[in-house]
Amino acid sequence: MARDRKTDTVTGVETTGHEWDGIRELDNPLPRWWLWVFYASILWAVVYWILMPAWPGITGYTKGLLGYSNRGAFAEKVEAARAAQSVYLDRIRDASVSEINSDPELLEFSLAGGRSAFAVNCSQCHGSGAQGGPGYPNLNDDNWLWGGDVDAIYQTIRFGVRSDHPDTRQNIMPAFLDDGILDRSQVNDVATYVQSLSGSEEPADAVERGGQVFAEQCVACHQEDAKGSHDLGAPNLTDAIWLYGGTRADIVNSITHGRSGVMPAWAPRLESETVKQLAVYVHSLGGGE
Amino acid sequence: MESPDAAASGALGDVVERSEVEPVNKKEWRSLYQKREKIHPKRAEGTFRRIKWIVMAVTLAIYYLAPWLRWDRGPDAPDQAILIDMPARKFYFFFIEIWPQEFYYVTGLLILAALSLFLITSVAGRVWCGYTCPQTVWTDLFIAVERMIEGDRNARIKLDRAPFSMSKLRKRAEKHAIWLLIALCTGGAWVFYFADAPTLAGELLRFDAPAIAYITIGILTGTTYLLGGFAREQVCTYMCPWPRIQSAMIDEDSLIVTYHADRGEPRGAHKKGESWEGRGHCVDCNQCVAVCPMGIDIRDGMQLECISCALCIDACDGVMDKVGLPRGLIAYDTITNMERRAEGKKPIGHILRPRTILYASLIAVIGSVMLYLLATRSDLELNVLRDRNPLFVTLSDGSIRNGYTVKILNMAHETRTFGLTVEGLENPTYTVVGAEDVSALTVGPDSVGSFRIFVAVPQGTIHHGSKDVEFVITDKATGDEVENETSFKGPRR
Repeated sequence: MARDRKTDTVTGVETTGHEWDGIRELDNPLPRWWLWVFYASILWAVVYWILMPAWPGITGYTKGLLGYSNRGAFAEKVEAARAAQSVYLDRIRDASVSEINSDPELLEFSLAGGRSAFAVNCSQCHGSGAQGGPGYPNLNDDNWLWGGDVDAIYQTIRFGVRSDHPDTRQNIMPAFLDDGILDRSQVNDVATYVQSLSGSEEPADAVERGGQVFAEQCVACHQEDAKGSHDLGAPNLTDAIWLYGGTRADIVNSITHGRSGVMPAWAPRLESETVKQLAVYVHSLGGGE
Repeated sequence: MESPDAAASGALGDVVERSEVEPVNKKEWRSLYQKREKIHPKRAEGTFRRIKWIVMAVTLAIYYLAPWLRWDRGPDAPDQAILIDMPARKFYFFFIEIWPQEFYYVTGLLILAALSLFLITSVAGRVWCGYTCPQTVWTDLFIAVERMIEGDRNARIKLDRAPFSMSKLRKRAEKHAIWLLIALCTGGAWVFYFADAPTLAGELLRFDAPAIAYITIGILTGTTYLLGGFAREQVCTYMCPWPRIQSAMIDEDSLIVTYHADRGEPRGAHKKGESWEGRGHCVDCNQCVAVCPMGIDIRDGMQLECISCALCIDACDGVMDKVGLPRGLIAYDTITNMERRAEGKKPIGHILRPRTILYASLIAVIGSVMLYLLATRSDLELNVLRDRNPLFVTLSDGSIRNGYTVKILNMAHETRTFGLTVEGLENPTYTVVGAEDVSALTVGPDSVGSFRIFVAVPQGTIHHGSKDVEFVITDKATGDEVENETSFKGPRR
């Protein structure tokens, strides 16, 4: 290093001894503020090693005197957030869903909570905008299989549909052709009749034959006017909304093979206040009764 | 340089005080690695010093008192004339009220301020630096305090060199105590711009103000104390970008504080009764250097450090009066006039120049645009956010429904009720969450009303998947209307 240190004649400053093609590097002192910041940084590093987790070892690492860890900090934050929410959560736990729905403060809190709970638990089937898809009901519309008031929605979410919960909502759309209840021509006739319910022009004789089959086999659930029943979870066949599609092929398919979609019971999986918030949120999407 | 002591003992000594002073920031002597040499500016007296005292009093009064001015805006709005309301995201300035989406007013103000600075600089040089810059004003105030307690230049130098003693300790303690008090008031005044001043003052004194208020005051107290008491001229020379930018604003017709070398040179001590023939008017008394807060010698010409505070003009004018010569050896002057004077021509004023005309017209244009915008500012705004997921919902009777979040910004100080219609749809029906009916949407004073609105149209009225529509709200009381365009989505068939 210290080869050939000279004093530069122009500036009077000593050189470092490094020279490139006759250009010599001046050995100017470091700015004092910089030097002090540098020393302070070194001191800071030593203090940091002592207080915070710092050095890796073979089986672990030095924990530091403060006992800090990112995981612990996260847990603390979650705890603090829950404590901050508990004002509302305690009230939600004790209130019924219709009470929550009519209390502006709890409603606002529940809509926010419900939105995030929906995104985590429900959006996989019902879609992130609750718009549903074939076999998964659209929760924005005004058509409800099991009832669209907030209590009915709450019950559906709690116990599910055809779930393994003892209080589950339960019905059966039989596989009329597969199980031999109807033959193929009868299935076709019923399908024609169901299509005619939505105002479609169909051959009168087929509609009449289908109407007879409908009266024998279907009215128990779908009712005589084919408008379905919330109590039985039977869909309205006269409206513009089709859970499994409204084309003739879709309708024939439903009658032939039956339908038995499953929605899990959420009471065993989520806290009661979360389920209540979900019910209030779903009710708010635009179709709540 | 001639020894000042020798001159001081001459006959001049009883007329003009001479100072043994070196311009510590003289270019040739200044090394970037040199430790700062403390400057002990001598007290100056004269026209410009008086102007500076007045400017200091006015600017400090504005800063400390402005938050306490009241301005009645009605019962539902704050009555503080100047208030930056961070939590509510609103800015009040007398009759002006700015919401976040109107921040371009502030941008406009900043542009106006910058252009005004350019204009003033190109006409009259660094007027901002010399008279109104907070760094100059507070440094001036801190130096005044220092002078009041420790005495003028010579006494201060003596005190600095004196060994430790009780009287030195007492003077230093007094000085720093007053400095800290000023700094505390400075930091304290700042926070009053962000909250109701009387309320916050009470809270501060009872120690139950928000932590951020104490932190802000603490930081600003510290910076005021450091910048005014210790950093001083280093802020202007090393930290502030303006001295570097100003060279682009100043030309040969801008006023600068300058020494008339043609009249002053050759300089030298002068004995009373001696002839002025064959020599310059500068008696080399160094008073201009002694009063300079930047530590330069103006006789070296225009320099980066010079903030154009004109104290050297006052000092020199006083000396010229004493020796019976005309004032103005150091004066505000332009480079053009210095050259003309050297050629024996009459000085001219040249204010109308391309750059001053450009700056002035830009100021006029931006100022009038802003005035127009302010005068025609609406106190009502409508924002419509269409649901994108789901785009639309088919209802059981086949009708198509779209969801919208409608935000009504009521910037008036009273509660208003609005009716909403959507134009461009056939037979729309409305349902609204958060209000009884779309014909009665009530929004509180100075607030944003947010409503979920569902609009449904009968089956078959939407073609090609989308229709352009216009949301219109009407103030029930005044009939004011505001529109916002959006679209209504439906199935693509």
